[in-house]
Amino acid sequence: MDFSAINPAILLASLIVAATPILIAATGELVVERAGVLNLGVEGMMIVGAICGFAVTIETGSPALGFLAAALGGALLSLLFAFLTQFALANQVASGLALTLFGMGLSALMGQNYVGPKPAPTPELHIPLLSDIPFLGRVVFSHDLMVYLGLALVAAVWATLKFTRLGLILRAVGENHDAAHALGYKVVRVRVAAIMFGGACAGLGGAYISLVRVQQWVDGITAGQGWIALALVVFASWKPGRVLLGAWLFGGVDVLQLNLQAAGLAIPPQYLSMSPYLITIVVLVIMSADRSRAPGALGRIFHASG
Amino acid sequence: MNLTKRKLLTGAATALGLAAAGLGAPALAQDKIKVGFVYVGPKNDGGWSQHHHEAAVEMANHYGDKVELIEQESVPEGADAERALTQMALSGASIIFTTSFGYMDPTLNVAKKFPNVKFEHAAGYKTAPNMGVYSARFYEGRAIQGYLAGKMTKSNTIGYIASYPIPEVIRGINSAYIHAKKVNPEVKFKIIWAYTWFDPAKEADAAKALIEQGCDVILQHTDSTAPQAAAQKAGNVYTFGQAADMAEFAPMPRISSIIDVWAPYYVARVGAVLDGSWESDNTWDGIGAGMVGIGEISSAVPADVKAEAEKMRDDIASGAYHPFTGPLKKQDGSDWLADGEVADDGTLAGMTFYVEGIEGDIPQ
Repeated sequence: MDFSAINPAILLASLIVAATPILIAATGELVVERAGVLNLGVEGMMIVGAICGFAVTIETGSPALGFLAAALGGALLSLLFAFLTQFALANQVASGLALTLFGMGLSALMGQNYVGPKPAPTPELHIPLLSDIPFLGRVVFSHDLMVYLGLALVAAVWATLKFTRLGLILRAVGENHDAAHALGYKVVRVRVAAIMFGGACAGLGGAYISLVRVQQWVDGITAGQGWIALALVVFASWKPGRVLLGAWLFGGVDVLQLNLQAAGLAIPPQYLSMSPYLITIVVLVIMSADRSRAPGALGRIFHASG
Repeated sequence: MNLTKRKLLTGAATALGLAAAGLGAPALAQDKIKVGFVYVGPKNDGGWSQHHHEAAVEMANHYGDKVELIEQESVPEGADAERALTQMALSGASIIFTTSFGYMDPTLNVAKKFPNVKFEHAAGYKTAPNMGVYSARFYEGRAIQGYLAGKMTKSNTIGYIASYPIPEVIRGINSAYIHAKKVNPEVKFKIIWAYTWFDPAKEADAAKALIEQGCDVILQHTDSTAPQAAAQKAGNVYTFGQAADMAEFAPMPRISSIIDVWAPYYVARVGAVLDGSWESDNTWDGIGAGMVGIGEISSAVPADVKAEAEKMRDDIASGAYHPFTGPLKKQDGSDWLADGEVADDGTLAGMTFYVEGIEGDIPQ
């Protein structure tokens, strides 16, 4: 056993990278669910975002355009879900699952010509002075822009939900759509916007996997991370701060367990492998022992006649 | 770990699709047979599943109109596979190839229910009158990788991304370690059990963890090319293609590869079904029989090392050298093979121990 080989600075830095895809996707889904819509299609939107971002980066050489395309792709796909659930009044669970299946197939089709090439690297910011601080510089100030955007996104969503009128309307729609409707808010319009926001976030998260974390395209690249993001929202009691904590816990324990295995820790790897799931769930469940509960209208279909 | 809802759902959905496709099937004439293939990953994963798929297509092209290929990808190992296989058998397949170790018991169960359908399971050890097994002696290729790894490493630390603790994977680790140690007594192995065959993000993370901890050669027993990309990004790290050549990463980081060559076997076995001579078999072929190919050793390897590795390849192919030749001890220090003694296939097929010198325990 040789733990001196584990460099805590690099470990913490990789933790943040590993957590970013689920963090962004889960934050988007949180907004969707706070608006009262349960979209189980996160995995599908993520993987479509992953291929859109990858393809555009390969064609244009610009990761920035790639991420933009990923957000667009995810949002476009989520429109399909919005149409089914908000206009055709289809069941949200079934539509979300269908969206995932559709997204998996669509991404495989779109990705056929993109197996092999390497995308232009997403540059890591090198902030003068700050990046040179020992330890902290490596952990906090030497990431690519998306990591900071992800954090900013969480902060923005938190502040918007808590302090702004927009957040209030969104929450009203999610808690009781009939009351919101009676007050004159456009329930369907708010929800469609929230769904598209969620789609864009899922797309960004997916593209982070294909463009930064793995840096190539293979079918099924998201390998279930969308489901983890989805679960995270519930275990985080629909609170942005806890989503951040959960994502870091999950990403952190996952990276840590791989490092511990490589260092030869004598704990059987089965336990290490399940530890990210277990620890994240336990911590978040304990935290949600307070009065947190799901948005009142979550998953319910709204029709103005109702 | 990788048994995600997504895979379950994909499996369920495709099974439904197959059931629908099977409705009109049973009345077809027997001059055209259906051949089924089940894959654990997507059929363009760049590795294991893709290679089976390409060999299946090659086989189908060989027989032209006589064979109809039905394939199902990303089928999770375990109970769900049984449903997929049942649907495939119901839809009229004459022979079904199940191409991952974890399909062993599901294949056996379904084989019992459909005595008239032939089954061929890859990399397992259970057989039945209508279920054969086939596998390749990948450990022969691992020996060459181990030799190259021992020669190429500067940090004397070699990383190994293992999938599941099954004999096939353990055999590979042992074979690689023995040959790395032989040319470089200082060498150490760091092994990560990923508990997945295919999860690019996790494989990439595992590769990064190994690189961060000083490994400058990485061997993988998982199916995606993600570790190759991670090594390429890190710079001075060598890797090997797994199951497929992965030549797009040559000459650096990929310096050689083990390639699975399944097509001739598939052609032969489907041919046996067509002419009625099929019998349950237990095929285990290596470099000599052409089932294991060694990918081009790249220009990053010095010429003398390359020549030595190629000689080892040829010696293994001709039978002059066996990768598990004594004297060898087990990890606990007990004797395994005496000087000059060669491991028998039974021990190799059920290998559940490390050889002497490897640190850590095999997960139970």
